[in-house]
Amino acid sequence: MKQVAKKDILSIRTIVAVGIGSALFVILGRFGSIPSGIPNTNIETTYALLALFALLYGPVAGLLIGLIGHTLKDAIFYGSPWFSWVISSGLVGLIIGLLVAGISIQDGEFGRKEIIRFNLAQIAANAIAWFAVAPTLDILIYAEPANKVFTQGLIAGAANIVTVGVIGTLLATAYAKTRTRQGSLRKLN
Amino acid sequence: MKAQMLTFTNQDSPVHRLTGATKLIVFAVWSVSAMITYDTRCLILMLLISLVIFRISRVRFQDYAFVLYFILFFFLLNQLAIFMFSPLEGTQIYGTRHDLVHLAGRYTVTAEQLFYQFNIALKYAVVIPMALLFLLTTDPGEFASSLNRVGVHYKIAYSVSLALRYIPDIQRDYENIAFSAQARGIDISRKEKLPARLKNIVSILLPLILASIERIEKISTAMELRGFGNGRKRTWYRGRPFTRRDYLALGMILAIAAVSAVVTFYDGSRFYSIF
Amino acid sequence: MSKAVIEFTDFSFTYRAQQEPTLRGITLSIHEGEKVLIVGPSGSGKSTLAHCINGLIPFYYPGEMSGSLQIMGQEQNGQSIAALAETVGTVLQDPDGQFVGLTVGEDIAFVLENGEVPQQEMTKRVEAAARAVDVHELLAASPQELSGGQKQKTMLAGVLVGNVDILLFDEPLASLDPYTGTKTIELIDRLQRETGKTAIIIEHRLEEVLHRPVDRIIVMKDGAIAGDLPAAKLLSSSLLAEAGLREPLYLTALKYAGLVITPDMQPQHLDQLRMEGHADRLQQWMDSCAEESEVLEASPLLELREVSFGYDRDKEVLHRLSMTVNRGEMLAIAGRNGAGKSTVSKLICGFYRPSSGTILLNGRDISRDTIKERAEKIGFVTQNPNHMISKTLIYDEIALGLKLRGIPEDIIRGRVYEVLKVCGLHELREWPVSALSYGQKKRVTIASILVLEPEVIILDEPTAGQDYRHYNEIMEFLRGLNSRGITVIMITHDMHLMLEYAQRTIVLADGKKLADDRPERILTDRAVVERANLKETSLFTLAVKAGVGQPEELVRRFIAFDRRVRHK
Ligand SMILES: Nc1ncnc2c1ncn2[C@@H]1O[C@H](COP(=O)(O)OP(=O)(O)OP(=O)(O)O)[C@@H](O)[C@H]1O
Ligand SMILES: Nc1ncnc2c1ncn2[C@@H]1O[C@H](COP(=O)(O)OP(=O)(O)OP(=O)(O)O)[C@@H](O)[C@H]1O
Ligand SMILES: [Mg+2]
Ligand SMILES: [Mg+2]
Repeated sequence: MKQVAKKDILSIRTIVAVGIGSALFVILGRFGSIPSGIPNTNIETTYALLALFALLYGPVAGLLIGLIGHTLKDAIFYGSPWFSWVISSGLVGLIIGLLVAGISIQDGEFGRKEIIRFNLAQIAANAIAWFAVAPTLDILIYAEPANKVFTQGLIAGAANIVTVGVIGTLLATAYAKTRTRQGSLRKLN
Repeated sequence: MKAQMLTFTNQDSPVHRLTGATKLIVFAVWSVSAMITYDTRCLILMLLISLVIFRISRVRFQDYAFVLYFILFFFLLNQLAIFMFSPLEGTQIYGTRHDLVHLAGRYTVTAEQLFYQFNIALKYAVVIPMALLFLLTTDPGEFASSLNRVGVHYKIAYSVSLALRYIPDIQRDYENIAFSAQARGIDISRKEKLPARLKNIVSILLPLILASIERIEKISTAMELRGFGNGRKRTWYRGRPFTRRDYLALGMILAIAAVSAVVTFYDGSRFYSIF
Repeated sequence: MSKAVIEFTDFSFTYRAQQEPTLRGITLSIHEGEKVLIVGPSGSGKSTLAHCINGLIPFYYPGEMSGSLQIMGQEQNGQSIAALAETVGTVLQDPDGQFVGLTVGEDIAFVLENGEVPQQEMTKRVEAAARAVDVHELLAASPQELSGGQKQKTMLAGVLVGNVDILLFDEPLASLDPYTGTKTIELIDRLQRETGKTAIIIEHRLEEVLHRPVDRIIVMKDGAIAGDLPAAKLLSSSLLAEAGLREPLYLTALKYAGLVITPDMQPQHLDQLRMEGHADRLQQWMDSCAEESEVLEASPLLELREVSFGYDRDKEVLHRLSMTVNRGEMLAIAGRNGAGKSTVSKLICGFYRPSSGTILLNGRDISRDTIKERAEKIGFVTQNPNHMISKTLIYDEIALGLKLRGIPEDIIRGRVYEVLKVCGLHELREWPVSALSYGQKKRVTIASILVLEPEVIILDEPTAGQDYRHYNEIMEFLRGLNSRGITVIMITHDMHLMLEYAQRTIVLADGKKLADDRPERILTDRAVVERANLKETSLFTLAVKAGVGQPEELVRRFIAFDRRVRHK
């Protein structure tokens, strides 16, 4: 039986992943932010989730989860979206999704090589988004002082890189483990 | 961990009666206008208009009071940060300098800085009522069809609807998981050291994510079985046709945006100066 | 005979990830207007068969197919899921996963929206479908406001609105309380008769489905069809027992009384059951197995006094609820969907605090204790094991709680191994959790709580969605724990479980305690049964029908006898 190719970039699974991913982004964005011990910087677990979903469901899903999830989170809990950061969140999802496209974590493939690749991708994505794009947009859109927004971007970006690097990697590794053995062990039953 | 959120409440007012698509466009155009302009006159006028509309909508204070405090807090913090980082930003922008009070070191309060930060305050004040209104008066059920109408692909519009549908469910999952983790001694508060805390966070996130992935599989098979995504279009049960009222509102917002843009850029600068 | 709408001929299917075929050599035809029930143990391929009919196989789950499958006279794999969806309407087990609309109305309309039906026509059709299943007053309600039964009805309306020819139900009763389950079966029956559609029902709860007649029952075992026969014949054969399935309780009772079940007795439904001349046998058997009821000495372990609670300020879920749990007992908590059963357990564990009232453990007020402190005495196993499992290896999962308490590694090892043995997981200790079945995962979560040595263990719906074998496995295991002195509280919708395993049952209704008694007395008390959406046990109905002296006594003796038989 030939398999029906799901070439469509907006397959139903992607659409649903975007919906559920955005809902998770909202919930973790609101409740999943944990004090890091460094003043005014939190571990935003929601970016670990974003990275993992970009890895699982691809760049389009990553982009949309960032955009939709962040907009909804800001809107529902804080009254109004902060667009420069919304766009940057979308960008993080997109870039990670693009750079890790070759990793088939669905088949349980997530060893040392993939971990390095995933982390390079997330560092690049977070750096571009928080060190460059978010502050620039803040200046362009809101005309805020440059040194303020760049400092904010630097702190947020660094915190996100560490968060995704640790939590994102642990989650992806654990997820990969739930995949590998399934086929191989079931037969022992 | 019960959190209050902004939700639609069914009421009747001219604002409630507008279609979601109209409100979405109005909100978007309004925010962009308010963000672009630093023209104090435009901002004050827009503020007045937004307050009038807010009155007309008859939304109840208790429905948004809690975010208001939050916004106020964030707003003060931001104002402070701006001053801390760049006490002379206003002087730079307006090109003049009128010192008022010298505080310490490089921190001097200037009239220009006060005016600049006053403008920023105004911008918030202009956008927030409209954002709140949009959230409080738009029925989420109608929202996806509105997005679709303003040109967003229906599949993406539907994923927004799915997100709204499953936020309460996922919040309950998260609570259940976090509580039963705590019962086993998984602590993510400040009491734990950072490395242990990070590991414990993973112990809570992993079940949540695995359960969500399973949920994604279930929902996509169910949607597949019910014929989602076959056609190039889809119709909407909760869609509403545009009426005269909608065209009127759209006409008004475009006029406001045009006037504001013209006034703002008339003299070639985004910033209106009183100096 | 009317024409075949579904026709499998020597059909086999292998999932891409599997080496062995999951369906093998299926030959089966289902005719227009028929109502067919499919039963079989967990993993026997029932859902796989359903997926072949609705097209998820092979279009969503790829794999290798052989033989032929025709739906409405057309080859199945020449069509698409979308084309098949116009013929086959599927209602899946999990209503939350299927309820994709923000409100009831939107969800019913979903299939019409996708078919680009104009809005006006859509409104009319949605209204009609909602009326047919009696949810038309809830069109604007959100899924969070609905009970399990109302969600299930919405699913049904969402399928009916599309005008399909074949209705396919995959475990429609799981997670419904017994009364709502019965109502759902009546609804399916009524719709099927009124519209003349073909209906296929997959379900573990045989006795409840047989509440309304079915034309045929298909028994599946290991991916093949082990039987295809009318209900009366099936119940007179040994096929069910061979497949590890449970027969209706009243039949078991008749068998214990020494009767031989034959198709002429109409065993498929209690109302039609013919037992002329056999009624005395039942009485004789009952008299022969007289036995003193065990009396438990009661010393209270956990007490709730006048506890009130609501998630929102304006809506109280529990109103001044008082109840006692005695040391060493096995207690069931029952009540309709949304009665507040899970809420009680969350209050006991300290997840939420009561708005008034006190909770005592060993006579001490624990209101001020944290979640963690309470957890040293009280273990809570959530309904969904996936909500608890956070490690990939079984050993790590069970050791987690001990590690977090800072206990040295060598002691942990010893304790984990001991618990692994108790839970029958010892051979699997090296396995990743993902390789386990649902029932095994459930045992892992129980083990991970047990290893912390609580005095009380609370289980939220320990057997939902399990087949008879796994049900037995889990329940016997819990009984074992109980006999070692651990107090067990079970929240359940399963009347059999209550009868067989609980020494006492507390029934909640509208946030209050409605009844507190031995389960056989509760399940024979019509007033309580009705108010709490429970279901009178068929043993009781049988006893009344046979004119046995004390119907409750029959129920009690049956349970005691049954326990002894099954333990031999
Ligand atoms: N997507 C899949 N990929 C690989 N194997 C699968 C898949 N779905 C099911 N299986 C396997 O097929 C077998 C039959 O599963 P199926 O879901 O049809 O059982 P079932 O009779 O419906 O059981 P239950 O009563 O538990 O629902 C199982 O051994 C299962 O592991
Ligand atoms: N986290 C929550 N937030 C708000 N309301 C809730 C929450 N959990 C439950 N409820 C509501 O409280 C009521 C009681 O719910 P609970 O889960 O205790 O019922 P239950 O008896 O366990 O039902 P079921 O048999 O369906 O599991 C329901 O009306 C439910 O909608
Ligand atoms: Mg199944
Ligand atoms: Mg419950």
